[in-house]
This record gives sequence, structure tokens and C-alpha cells, in this order.
Amino acid sequence: MALTAEKVLEKVQSSLGERVVASRCEYREAEIEVAPGDLYAAMQTLRDDSALAFSQLLDIAGVDYAAYGQDEWITEEATNTGFSRGVDGFSTGRLGLTGIYGVQPVRESTGRRFAAVYHLLSVTHNHRLRVRCFAADDDLPMLDSIVPLYASANWQEREAFDLFGVIFNGHPDLRRILTDYGFVGHPFRKDFPLIGNVEVRYDENRGRVVYEPVSIEPRVLVPRVIRDDNRYADPSKQEAPDA
Amino acid sequence: MPEISSYTVNFGPQHPAAHGVLRLVLEMDGEVVRHADPHIGLLHRATEKLAETKPFNQSIGYMDRLDYVSMMCNEHAYVLAIEKLLGVKPPERAQYIRTMFDEITRILNHLLWIGAHGLDVGAMTVFLYAFKEREELMDCYEAVSGTRMHATYYRPGGVYRDLPERMPKYRDSEYRSEKDLKRMNADREGSMLDFIEAFCDRFSGTIDEIDTLLTDNRIWKQRLVDVAVVSPERALQLGFTGPMLRGSGVEWDLRRKQPYEVYDRMDFDIPVGTNGDCYDRYLVRMEELRQSVRIIRQCADWLRRNDGPVILGDHKVVPPSREEMKDDMESLIHHFKLFTEGYCTPPGEVYASIEAPKGEFGAYIVSDGANKPYRLKLRAPGFAHMSAMDEMVRGHMLADVVTVMGTMDIVFGEVDR
Repeated sequence: MALTAEKVLEKVQSSLGERVVASRCEYREAEIEVAPGDLYAAMQTLRDDSALAFSQLLDIAGVDYAAYGQDEWITEEATNTGFSRGVDGFSTGRLGLTGIYGVQPVRESTGRRFAAVYHLLSVTHNHRLRVRCFAADDDLPMLDSIVPLYASANWQEREAFDLFGVIFNGHPDLRRILTDYGFVGHPFRKDFPLIGNVEVRYDENRGRVVYEPVSIEPRVLVPRVIRDDNRYADPSKQEAPDA
Repeated sequence: MPEISSYTVNFGPQHPAAHGVLRLVLEMDGEVVRHADPHIGLLHRATEKLAETKPFNQSIGYMDRLDYVSMMCNEHAYVLAIEKLLGVKPPERAQYIRTMFDEITRILNHLLWIGAHGLDVGAMTVFLYAFKEREELMDCYEAVSGTRMHATYYRPGGVYRDLPERMPKYRDSEYRSEKDLKRMNADREGSMLDFIEAFCDRFSGTIDEIDTLLTDNRIWKQRLVDVAVVSPERALQLGFTGPMLRGSGVEWDLRRKQPYEVYDRMDFDIPVGTNGDCYDRYLVRMEELRQSVRIIRQCADWLRRNDGPVILGDHKVVPPSREEMKDDMESLIHHFKLFTEGYCTPPGEVYASIEAPKGEFGAYIVSDGANKPYRLKLRAPGFAHMSAMDEMVRGHMLADVVTVMGTMDIVFGEVDR
């Protein structure tokens, strides 16, 4: 690439100034976060500033951070419960917060649950940037649509709406795109079970396809593991052995 | 009685020219399209959500099923993203093998595209020519990975195994004569590299044949020239990448601009169109076929002269060989851990992209440090191209819709994911 990620970030910061809430440069990739109120204006600057010239919006990725950092397997110490502790799978990521087990944890809106991640590319300067924007309200996540700035945002925003339920304010045609006609829910949310809520079959008596609650049982074969056992433990935090 | 000026045509989802499962709702004014509303998602399998519930390596096979005519390229982007997270770099020989197979995949993809595009527009013969050559390349896939299509050949840290010393041969059968068998096995006497080089020698002739059939063909030009013209500014706006962008005259190729693997050592040209119509995109892809052959030759040449490992020896990421596993307790533990739990990556977010045959194919991984991705988002070039459908067909005739679909090189596996 023509510029290193650090240089790109520098240029972006000098151009956007206060509007950059946070920034980071990991794995040689530049990333900034903007507040939902500033999204449209920031994207406009990124596109029109000739020093940046992010003429292409490659992708919008919705992300649901509800289960970030949650694992299902104790790694710090030995347990005697065996494999079942991973198979029970009460975690958010897999079987759903509600539904199968009827568990409904109380969650407060933090404004850090749903994010849209915009991947920008500048063809003239040959650099990339990732822009993240968290929706302020977890229950009704809403962001400004950037379709007037980038035509390619149209379907990308529809996809994020369909899969995550993020509403894009000012979108010309915010319909579902990937899921079935008449689908209920937003399947890529972490509280949507992997096996879904309904299944379809053809009913001979009624002569049409019917929807029914899923009859299969969810199965978990490999637990989600975040390794923080002794190999990775911070030595300074460990208790000093008895003298 | 009021005069009805426009009516709606439903095109697909079961239509031979719909390239799979596209449903198009076309608002027509006579035979002119006023508005097109593509309904996609009939092949949506939630690959990204499935990947969230599986250890990293178990999703490589799902990548093949996205764009199912350029299988290894999809794997490549995903594997590159994991490698970026882990901070590992595959051995040089693996990089050459990957580059070579990316280009083989490009030929596979473009051959299917030219076949299907020709068929859509009314040129049946090309389809047969293209599929004959595709079969040979499928055999290369089979020789290295054991499957003709869904290879799962690229792994984080390299490729699954080295190129075979001997190319598999056709066997004797009562349905073919001795003479036929000998002819069919003529290129398969040596190693796989011999086979690939023989293919390259022959394939330039095939491109010339397709060229003769189409490039100056009067009907072909009538159907393609000046259809669905996209200006370079619009192409960027609409998120076009790959041949769709280059056809509009923007010289942008990730292999050259942001090189990955060993593309920076390869000598090749990037074809660019001038008018941005279907015909230019056709010419760009035809030239890409020739350039791919050039790259394959360079890779094959290097691979012949240089030996070495094709996958890392780091058993925290790459499983040990069966032999080691049977012999050594440590290897057995590594093997068990990798095939049950997998490996954990450091937390972080990465985006890796490659120049897939259709455009920029990217994998965006959010990891929270677990053995599974927290979120995987795949950037499929076809999705952006498909979203421009309305703009591209507006004002054209109904028959041109099929041409536009062909020129986009749509595969629904990646559009719907």
C-alpha cells in the first residue's frame, strides 16, 4: 500500500478532528469510531476531502456485541463436570437468550451493542479505512443512512437491517433482503438461536406449506473457549506462594 | 377503458438465465424495462452465523460453497484473515501454490462465465468449448485436494499438502478403446506440474478459438456493445470491483495495488476497458484468461525449481502429521486439541481481501480471543454488482436483462451467502 495505516489514521484525524471518538491501528489496519450523530457528516468528509478520497464503500458489516468475550468453558482451573459444562450451552452466542430455555437475562441498554462497520477504500490514494459507529439505543438501534453518499450502501444497509435490525434513517427502501418473505426476527443477533424458531413443511391436508415451531433439539459439539489459563495469566496478578 | 401503460413481469426464481435462484420483478413499458427489483436470498444459508459456532478451521469448507465456481479464492480470503490474526506467514512454496491455484481458479471461473454468458446471449458452442477445458482444471483440484470442487485445500499456515508427484490417470474401461485411453492420458504421464504446463500450452489455443467465435461475431456484438454502460465514477459509487470496475476504465487490481502472496514477483498485465459496456467487460475477462496463463507458468516454473515445506511446522496452529502423531505423545496432544477445540486467536478485528475472479472478496473477522470467530462478515463482490441491477437495466429491452446478468458474472452462492 502506498501509505501505512498509521499515516492514513493521522490524515483522517486531522481531517475529521473532534468527530473521531476513538481510533486504533492494529494488524496494519486503520480504524476509527464516530458518534452516531456525526456519521453522515464524517462519511461525507471522508469521501470528499481530496487528501482522503474514499471513493468506494466496499461493505457494511453489522455487529452485535451482546455476547462479546463470553465463553462456555472454564480454563483457569480444573473442574469435575466434564464435557457437559460446555454442552449445556447457556451462552448468548449459540442457543439464544430466550426461547429454548426460557432464560431472559435483564440487560440494560448500553449503547454499545449494535454497531455498523463501514469498510472504505480509496482508489486514488490506495488506502483503506474502517469506520465503526455504535447505535445509541440497544432496543431500537438506529443510524443515519448514507445512501445519498454511496449508492452501494443501499443493499448493504438493507442487509444490516434484515440480519441485525439496525434501522437506517432516511434509507429510500428499507426492506428485508436475505431472509424469507414474512420472516420474523433478526437472525444474526446473538439472541437468535442458530436452529431458528420455526420450521416449514408441506401439509398435505391443507395443501400448502405450513410454519411450525422447531422440533429438533439444539446440539453443541464444540464449546466456545477463551483461553485464559495459567499459560496466559498475568504473573503480577498471581498470589505469591506461601513462604 | 384506461390504457395500461406498464405491466410487471416476474422473472425467475426458476429460470435458466437467472444463474441460479434470482427472482426479478420487472416493471415493463412495452418491451422496455422501467424498473427492476431483484429479490435475492433464496440461497441464503447464513454461512456467517454458522461460522460463529464453529472453530476457525471447520469453516474453510463453507467458504468453497459461497462462490461455488471460484472455490479456492474464497478460502484464500478467509485463511488470509486468520493468518493475519494469528500473525503467521505461510512458507514460500505454499505462497506459490496458492498463487497458482488462485489463477487456476480464475480460469475456472471465467470459463464458466464465458460459457454461461454465451449461452444466455445465444452462442451455444462456446459453452461446450469452455466446459471441456474446465474439466482438466477440475482434475487439478482433485489431484491436490481429493475433491473436484469443494477443495478445503488452503489452511491457515499453508496448504494442506504438496502437489502430487504423479497426475492421476484415466483407467482402462470397456467403454473406451486403447487408443482413446492413450490420448486421454497423454498429458498425465508426468507430475502435476507437467500436466499444468501442458494445459497452459494448449489453453492459449482454446482462448483463440473462443475469441474467433465471439469477438468479431456480428450477433455477439449487437447484443453486447453499448449495453449497460457504466461510467468510472458510477462504477466506484456502486461499489464495483474486479472486471466490472476495470471494464469501466478504472485500473484497479488488488494483485498489483495491494499484493498478497507472491503477486509482487509475478509479471502480468492488467486489462482495462474504455467504454464500460458489456463488450468491454467481455474483452477484459478474455484478456485476464491469457494473463492467468502467464502467471500459472511463472509459478509452475518456480515450483519446479524450488522445494520446501508447504505448511508451517507450528503445531499450535497446524496439526502434526499422522506419522508424528502415532509416535509422539506431544504430537498426539496437539492433534487432539486442534481437532476438538481448535486454536484460539488473539482478540482483534481484521479484514483481508483478495482479487477474486469476480472482484474483491474480503473476510472481516471480529475475534474476542475464542476458538471461534465472534463475527465473520464476508464481502462478496457479486452482492455489490447485483445491487446495481436496477440502474444497469433501466431503459434497456427485456432481452438485455439476460445480457446484463451474464456480464455481472453472478453466482448466488456468494450473493446470498
